[in-house]
This record gives sequence, C-alpha cells and structure tokens, in this order.
Amino acid sequence: MANDDVIIKIENVTKRYGKVAAVDNVSLEIKRGEFFALLGPSGCGKTTLLRMIAGFEVPTEGKIFIDGVDVSNVPPNKRPINTVFQSYAVFPHMSVFDNVAYGLQFDNVPKADQYQRVMAALADVKLDHLADRKPDQMSGGQRQRVALARALVKRPKVLLLDEPLSALDAKLREAMRFELTALQEKVGVTFVMVTHDQDEALAMADRCAVMERGRLMQTANPSSLYEFPSNRFVADFIGSVNLFAGKLVVDEPSHAQFYSEELGGKVFFDHGVSGAANENMWVGIRPEKIEMIKHVKKGPTPAMEDCPPDCNVFKGVIKQISYLGSESVYEVMLPNERIMRVTRPNLSRWDQEDFTWDDEVWLCFHGDSPVLLQN
Amino acid sequence: MLAPTIWFLFFFVAPMALVWGYSFGENDGLLGVKITGTIKNYAQAFDPEILKVLRESVVLAAIATFVCLILAFPVAIAMTFASDKAKSWLLLLIMLPFWTNLLIRTYALIAVMRTEGLINHSFEWLHGIAVMVGIPVGDYAPMPLLYNKFAVVIGLVYVHLPFMVLPLYAALDRLDRSLIEASLDLGAGHLQTMYKVVAPLALPGIAAGLVITFIPAMGAYLTPDLLGGPDDLMIASLIERQFKRANNWPFGSALSFLLMYITMIFFVLRSYFEAKGGKVAVH
Repeated sequence: MANDDVIIKIENVTKRYGKVAAVDNVSLEIKRGEFFALLGPSGCGKTTLLRMIAGFEVPTEGKIFIDGVDVSNVPPNKRPINTVFQSYAVFPHMSVFDNVAYGLQFDNVPKADQYQRVMAALADVKLDHLADRKPDQMSGGQRQRVALARALVKRPKVLLLDEPLSALDAKLREAMRFELTALQEKVGVTFVMVTHDQDEALAMADRCAVMERGRLMQTANPSSLYEFPSNRFVADFIGSVNLFAGKLVVDEPSHAQFYSEELGGKVFFDHGVSGAANENMWVGIRPEKIEMIKHVKKGPTPAMEDCPPDCNVFKGVIKQISYLGSESVYEVMLPNERIMRVTRPNLSRWDQEDFTWDDEVWLCFHGDSPVLLQN
Repeated sequence: MLAPTIWFLFFFVAPMALVWGYSFGENDGLLGVKITGTIKNYAQAFDPEILKVLRESVVLAAIATFVCLILAFPVAIAMTFASDKAKSWLLLLIMLPFWTNLLIRTYALIAVMRTEGLINHSFEWLHGIAVMVGIPVGDYAPMPLLYNKFAVVIGLVYVHLPFMVLPLYAALDRLDRSLIEASLDLGAGHLQTMYKVVAPLALPGIAAGLVITFIPAMGAYLTPDLLGGPDDLMIASLIERQFKRANNWPFGSALSFLLMYITMIFFVLRSYFEAKGGKVAVH
C-alpha cells in the first residue's frame, strides 16, 4: 500500500441508475481515525456514495478499498464496516441489550464476552441503565444511542452515519454534535458522516467532501472550505457569500485586479491568483469581512490601507437589517441596485454606530479578503 | 348514521335473528317451523357422525391454510421487493382470480386434474417417451387426483391463496426497509435476517392471514362438493343438505350457528394477536 494511513480509498467510482449518474467518477481517500463528512444538497449523491461504502449498492464503475482490500463486490454482512441509519433502524421486537448483542452472534463471540462487550458499548453511549428497555419506550435520541452502540460493539474499522442529527430537535442536536465528536475520539474509529447541514459538517468533521450532482467539488478541512473555496459552488454552499461576475484585468504574481460590471468597480487582491485573464469568473466576499463606514456628506472617500485607491471601497444604501442577537445582517444596495450582504457582530449592548434604514454607507474590505472563483 | 344502521338491521340482524330463532325450533308440518325454545337441534350436532364432519372440516381447512402460508410467504416477499411498476402488476395477478366466477375456476381445476385431464395427459405423454426409449415402466395408470381429500385441499389452496398473500404483503410492505439493511450490516445473512427480523415483525400479518384464510376455507361449500369424494363432506355441505334435501331448517340453522361460533373464536384470536402485534409494528 502506498499510504497505510488510508482506511477507505474510493477510486473513480460511478453509480448510474439508468442514464442518470448519481455518483459521477468520484475519487476520495479517507484517513484512518478521522471524522469525515460527505456534505452536499439533497440529491447530490452523498447517500449513494455512503451506501456503496456500506455495500448496499454496487458501483457501476470504479473500485472501493477498505484497509487495502477491494470490497467492491463484497456484500454488506462481510464488510468490516457498520452503519447508523437515518431512521436508526433499531429492531422494535428486541430489547436494547438484544439489539446491541445482535451483531456479535455472527462474529463468534463467546456468550460470556458478549455480555461484557454489550454493557461496555452501552456505557460508552450512557445507556447501560436502560439495557432491558424496549425501543418503543425510548425517545428518538435514546434510540440513536442504541443504534450507535449496536454498530460500535462490532469494533468496525469504519462507522458510517447517515444524517445522524437530522431527526433530533435543535437543542439535542447541538448537544449530540459534541457527544459524537467526543465518542469518536474515545473509540478511535473512523467516522464517515453524511449530512446536508453545513454547520454540522464544519462543527464536527476533521475533513469534508462537498458534493454536487454526483461530482466531488472539494475535499478539505472546514476552515479551508470556508476561507479558500476552490469553486463557486463550494463558496456559495458553505456559509453566506456575495458573488459578483467579472474578469481579471491585472494578473501579476504578487497581486491582481478584478473588474466587475455587477459590482460597479474594481477588486484588488494583495496576492497572486492563478486564473486565465479573459475567462468569466466570480469574486466572492464573505459578509463578515466587509467593514461598513458611515458616509459623511462631502467627507473624503475612505481607503483601505493595503489597497490602491478606487479599489475595494463601494458606496451603498442600507435597505434591510436583520437583527440576529449575536450579529446583525445588513443588506446594502449598490448604486446599480445590486445587493451586498454585510454582517456586523453586536460587540456591545448598544450599537454605537447606530446604522439604520436608508443610511448611506461605504463598504470596504482588505486585499486578502476576496476570493477568485471559477465555475 | 341512520341509513347504515337501518341497512344493517334489515339485511343482517333481522335474517340472522330469524335463523338463530329457527335453531331453537321444530318442524311444523311440511313447510312451517315452530320456535319452541328446544335445544335438541344443538344436542343433535354432538352426534359422532356430525362431529366427525366438523373435525374433518377443521383438519382440511387447517392443512389448506398452512399450505397457503408456505406458498404465500415467498410470493409476498417477492412483491415487497419488486419495483413499483412490477408491484401493481403482481397485485393485479393476485386479484384476478377474485373477479372470476368460483364455479368456472373450480371446473377449470377439474379439467386440469381429472383422469383425462392436463396433468394425467402430460404424465402419460412422458410415460410414453419413457417406454419409447426402452425404460421398463409398465402400463400407465392415471393418477386419481380428483374426488378425494387431496383434491379438496388443492381446491381450497387454489381458491384461498390470495386471502393469505394480501395480509402478508401488507405486513411486509409496511416493514421499514432499513431494518433489513441493518441486520445485513450487522453481519447476518439473508436467511438469518428473514428468520430473526422479517418473520417476527411480520407476525401480525401472518396471524391475520391464517385467520382470514382459515375462516372461509372452513365454510367452503362449492369446492369440497365438486372436488371431494362422497366421504369428503365438509360442514357447509352438511348444512346445505339440512336446508334442502333433509328439509330440516331447525337443524341446519343450529349447524350454521355452530360454524359461526367457531368463526367468532378465531376472530377473537385474531384481534388478540393484532393488539399484541400492533405495539411491535408502530416504529
């Protein structure tokens, strides 16, 4: 093996249903012991990819290796992998204990050891006091813990989680995020999670793969996905972003300039960008990276210290304010009627600047803030 | 509310009450029945001859029901896992016999099973080939497929199979597919999954199928009458004889109600199973 840190290797995998490719030529490596997330909108193929790793679907093309072994044609009950299903799929006719013990009987674990292992797995998910319960006497959160214990008791090489938090209410979801990451660190098993919720993926995963229409758009750690998206889809899907079409007018190794008709001006990059100068491109600016300054009649145009004049400073009028408690979102209309979204943290209990509707403002950002994006 | 109540009173309760009344009556002349409150008709039903017919009916219906279960389970499983389009076709195929006259179906079965029928002809033909290639098999003696208990069971299975397939299919189709996947995921094979997960969860459906099949099979009239031999009498034929040939309406009524009491016991059993199984099927 070239790299024995890799536990799952997905090699040019395609899955077609009729003519539609649900997963389109995806190659991916998941490292041993990491918490990996497959992220994307519904219908992007992430669940199909997960089901191929679990063995419920067979790839039309390509190969899947688990710990160096080609498992493309291995049925699910012969793979060293276990799954926590979206519906949890806890067996309703068995007690919690029997649910967790179910998988051990196929591993030829002696009866005496079975009891120890089941109770240890239940303790890991804090359910050891409910071993005799029937699933219909439990809450959704508790049933999920049963599903987790049932999968982990098999000591799989990889644990797959299909939308693990989607069926929980908001408070429990937040608590479960921390618990799942803590559990993953404790048991040291590789977790692969499917989710459509970017917050969930960013908060929990060590690395994420963003998928769209069956294709892999970017694989990176959460902060790279957010700060250095490699294409327009990822920038738009992860968090909130202001996108403006335009083209590169200066493309030097040390800096670049981008002209956007939509934005009504030039954007300066204080670093080199690698992009063909005449290709249609987008510039993306995150709302929290924009500084908003009150426009004073006859006052001087502000300038960002690291940008040339006329760059990265735009005039606008506040049209909408959404107060969200910790921060406020302002929708600022540019002279050409395009909207730029700006967020400001509410650092004090009174907003000293006191921005309000129809205020004229300057919008400024540094030369390292914008990202250049291709399709 | 009123209309269905009236309907129910006039077309169900009133005639049933009449027959129930007859069961406590005596023949009065050639045509009349006098309700005298006697229980002699019920006592008469405990005659060993009658009990033998009752026992025979239960045994034949039970065998037919069991054979139906064995045949219907794989069919219901296949329907559950078929594509949506195939599903509606399979359902249609299951329902089709319901829309065909029972008499026609039974005579069709006779045409297949009689001495000169399709099965015996086919075997005779195979036999002929065997003789031609020189296998010493002797003369062909047609198999006696009709007018015996075997024929009655085959007929009952043939007629009542849909009664078993439909409740089984309903129970299996309701089953959360991910339970099956979870079982496979945890290392179970397909047969182990059937045995440990699918069958226990389909139990309410199996119980419903058993009762829904057994009750009409037990009261079957046409099938044993046409396919059975002179000794293979089932309870319904006996009842028919009382009302017609024997012209003993009171005794016929008492037998009818005995059959109905047996049926009711099974309905009680069924609702008990459903109440028990319902809890399991919720999630």
